[in-house]
Amino acid sequence: MASREPTSDDARVRKAPVISGSRTALDRSRLGLSVALYVTVFLFLTRASLSVAQAQPPGVDTASLSPTDSIAPPDAYPRPVPSVTAADAPNDNGGSVDVTWEKSPDDADGGKVRRYKIMRAEAVGGRPGEWTEVGDATAGATRLTDGNTQDDRDYFYKVVAVNSLIENGAARWRAVAESMVAGPVRSKAQWFDLRRVNALVGVTLLCSLLGYFITRARSGKALFIRKIAGLEAVDEAVGRATEMGRKIYYIPGISDMDNMQTIAGLTILGRVAEVAATHDTWLEVPVCRSMVMVTAKEVVKEAYSKVGRPDAFHEDQVHYLTDDQFGYAAAIDGMVMREKPATMFYMGEFFAESLILSETGNAAGAIQIAGTAAPAQLPFFIAACDYTLIGEELFAASAYLSKEPKLLGSLKGQDMGKALVLVAILAGIILESLGVVDFSTFFSIGE
Amino acid sequence: MSTRTKEILVVAIVAALFLIFYLRKVFGAPPVLFPGTVSILVVSVIGLSLLWILIRTLAGRYVERRVVFLYVGIAVTLPLFMTLSQKVSVAPEVQGVFSSFEKLSAGSKVLVSFDYDPPSAPELQPMAEACLYYCFEHDLKVIIMGLWPQGPMQANLALQKVLNDERISQKNLQYGVDYVNLGFQAGNEFVIQRMGSEFRSMFPADFRGTPYEEIPLVTNIRNFSNIDYSFNIGSGYPGTREWVQIAVDRYGLKLGAGNTAVQTTEMYPYLRAGQLAGIVGGMSGAAEFEFLTKWIGNATKFMLAQSVAHMIVISFVIIGNVAFFVGRRTRERKS
Amino acid sequence: MRRAVPLVITTIVGATFVIRYFIPHYPFNRLNDWFSDWFAIVAACAIVLGALNLMRISIQKVVRGKPAWGYSLVTIVAFLLITIVGLAAGREYRGPDTAFSWLYNNTYSPLSSSMFAILAFFVASASYRAFRARNLEATLLLLAAFFVMLGRVPVGYVLSSFMPDGYRLTDLAVWIMNVPNTAGQRAIMIGIALGIVSTSVRVIVGIERTYLGGD
Repeated sequence: MASREPTSDDARVRKAPVISGSRTALDRSRLGLSVALYVTVFLFLTRASLSVAQAQPPGVDTASLSPTDSIAPPDAYPRPVPSVTAADAPNDNGGSVDVTWEKSPDDADGGKVRRYKIMRAEAVGGRPGEWTEVGDATAGATRLTDGNTQDDRDYFYKVVAVNSLIENGAARWRAVAESMVAGPVRSKAQWFDLRRVNALVGVTLLCSLLGYFITRARSGKALFIRKIAGLEAVDEAVGRATEMGRKIYYIPGISDMDNMQTIAGLTILGRVAEVAATHDTWLEVPVCRSMVMVTAKEVVKEAYSKVGRPDAFHEDQVHYLTDDQFGYAAAIDGMVMREKPATMFYMGEFFAESLILSETGNAAGAIQIAGTAAPAQLPFFIAACDYTLIGEELFAASAYLSKEPKLLGSLKGQDMGKALVLVAILAGIILESLGVVDFSTFFSIGE
Repeated sequence: MSTRTKEILVVAIVAALFLIFYLRKVFGAPPVLFPGTVSILVVSVIGLSLLWILIRTLAGRYVERRVVFLYVGIAVTLPLFMTLSQKVSVAPEVQGVFSSFEKLSAGSKVLVSFDYDPPSAPELQPMAEACLYYCFEHDLKVIIMGLWPQGPMQANLALQKVLNDERISQKNLQYGVDYVNLGFQAGNEFVIQRMGSEFRSMFPADFRGTPYEEIPLVTNIRNFSNIDYSFNIGSGYPGTREWVQIAVDRYGLKLGAGNTAVQTTEMYPYLRAGQLAGIVGGMSGAAEFEFLTKWIGNATKFMLAQSVAHMIVISFVIIGNVAFFVGRRTRERKS
Repeated sequence: MRRAVPLVITTIVGATFVIRYFIPHYPFNRLNDWFSDWFAIVAACAIVLGALNLMRISIQKVVRGKPAWGYSLVTIVAFLLITIVGLAAGREYRGPDTAFSWLYNNTYSPLSSSMFAILAFFVASASYRAFRARNLEATLLLLAAFFVMLGRVPVGYVLSSFMPDGYRLTDLAVWIMNVPNTAGQRAIMIGIALGIVSTSVRVIVGIERTYLGGD
């Protein structure tokens, strides 16, 4: 083997002698720097893979969006939202997560943000799995509720700010910017809705007042109830029908048994039926709902039995017409114009047919007593009827007519409740005028 | 002439007029329109006849209610043939609804609930058409539903009219992409409540039977949080009140309302409390909304009839009060 | 027993529904849906009772020749016609070209609209008869009605266009709707709500039993 002349490279190699089995100080520092460099790069890449928007190349379309036929101009890309928070939606039955975010700095009138897309990924091994879109919001929005989660799973969320150019209903280009990932978060159900504490306080207070006054009434204490003209006139109205030998019509409204006004109307029907049975006057009750027919029949039958006139009751007194609002009104109008009843009662929930019925009754010459808790119909009844029970007077009628102490006591409790409401309103006016707004927020329910 | 004869004569004249106009329509004759001068003349004649009734009332000869009916009939029919125009003044509550629409960007999702039936259609259909026209004109996506059985059918009628407008037909809107009719669902306010969690649970398919998941427009819509704005057109129960109490209060939905004139009075507390963005009330509200959205609809045409009808009602209220005071004075003199 | 069982059911269900308003957790959050479904099922079944009652009374009137039996005959014919046509069309009975749809669009819809349109005449005659300036309150009501009626139509704007902005009839009408009307509506709504609570408590606790038939 021929030897060669030593070169300058050989000299460079010889200048750094390698001592096997140990390291020099220089090598340690180099190693340290290398390790530091590798760790830094690794962390940087890891953070980038957790969707740091700045590290992501712009224009990555992670949303499930339809393809566009142009690429967005470079200055179209919005800045991402600075922060995203995901938390279990409170006061619900689970299955919901509230996602809130700060607006993108480019979210302003004429800015670069048109919409926000909210993305969700289920946790897989503690890390976000596949991302899917769960909702979108217009520019300016800062929250969205994902109502489609399962309580036994963890989720991650991120918000994508979207800028796009829409022409003829299609997106020409789209520029997006992703936020940081928020999570993991898990939804769960709550056992008490904290937003309704004030309602609980109000209900408890009102029921306590009712209970107190009912108890007080049962003890024999006399209670003053002001006169209600419409109810005072019931006997007179029934008597008029008896004298004229004509019918009484009782219309219990057009709502079904799930409406409190209908129940109040049927309660009054019982009292009116007792008076009609006593006077031996024909009471006709055309109804709009089948279940109301069944209940009204029982009420009238019992009323007749109570006054000792079960033989005077006829099955056909209470009959069904139709569920349709105007069909019902037309049928009653026809019957009223043909039979010309002497007395008409309208007690229950009414809508547009209220004036049709009451004007026809007026044209037929009947004395009319109405009662409804539908505020829009009260003016029509007041204009067309002789007596009108306004709002809560309808619910007070049962107690008023029966004069039973327990029922009268509940009226008193209701009035006390109204007094408390008045005090609260006055207090609210004063405090709001002085700028103390927390008082009124106590009465709001919900977010 | 006896009263019976007068009654028969009036009925015969009205029936003859209706027959003439119906036959004209059947045979394709052009609609009758009074020139401006004739219109003013007709209004003047009506005014003078009311003055004559007032004079008669002062003389103690009162009119009966059937004369009132006759005048109301004239007030709502004759203006349909007149060519008088009126300036529309927009109320703040109608402006509130329109401003909410204006703030929406293209692609925003608007939920329109049709909660009325044919009897309320004269008041509510024009505002529904104006709403749909504005949405389609500005590339807003429309999701239609109804809590009344006839609601979605009314929606289809409105869609048919708006989509045939030449300004909209050029856009070639696609069902399922630009708009969808989810149909009717029974359950009243419980439907709204369940929609707060999941639309699909209440509308598994649309009006045509297409499964919810296969409709591109609503695939990504879970609940109210995915809706940018809602416009409820209602005339009773269930209606705007239920939407406010559930969708607005519990789920924070932005809501505007379109109601009949009678129901509008009940909605003002919600408007004042900020729960409603605005109210389009009755036909006058619909006319104002048409003006803002630049939709040429029936409400604007019918406003003249409403104006004349209001004037006639006011006139008869005055006449009635005159009759009341004259009668009281006569009784006082006699006693 | 006949009355005790319904009362117990009413008390338990009523109390449960009051409590469930405050508890969002399952099953309380679903109670509303379940009960509304059950109510809809019961109401749907109950409609048969109503329909049979209507038919029985109408047929009796026709057979016995009672006064106005002709209207009952129309009722029977219309009921049978719409039922048969609807059933014959099957599930697509609401489709655009079905006979049911034709009947709906050409009979039911115009009839309903006509009944609603009658309101215009009745409003006028009720106003003519009822709006009397008997005393101060009635006069104020009358004036408010005038301003709102004029302010809601373009005629009001024309009549007051010479007034400065904010003082026209339209502005006055808006003020009346926003302030006095809203105040009155709120007061009535509060009273009604309290009345409903009171009646509901009476029904739930069992003090109010008239709706069951007797005390």
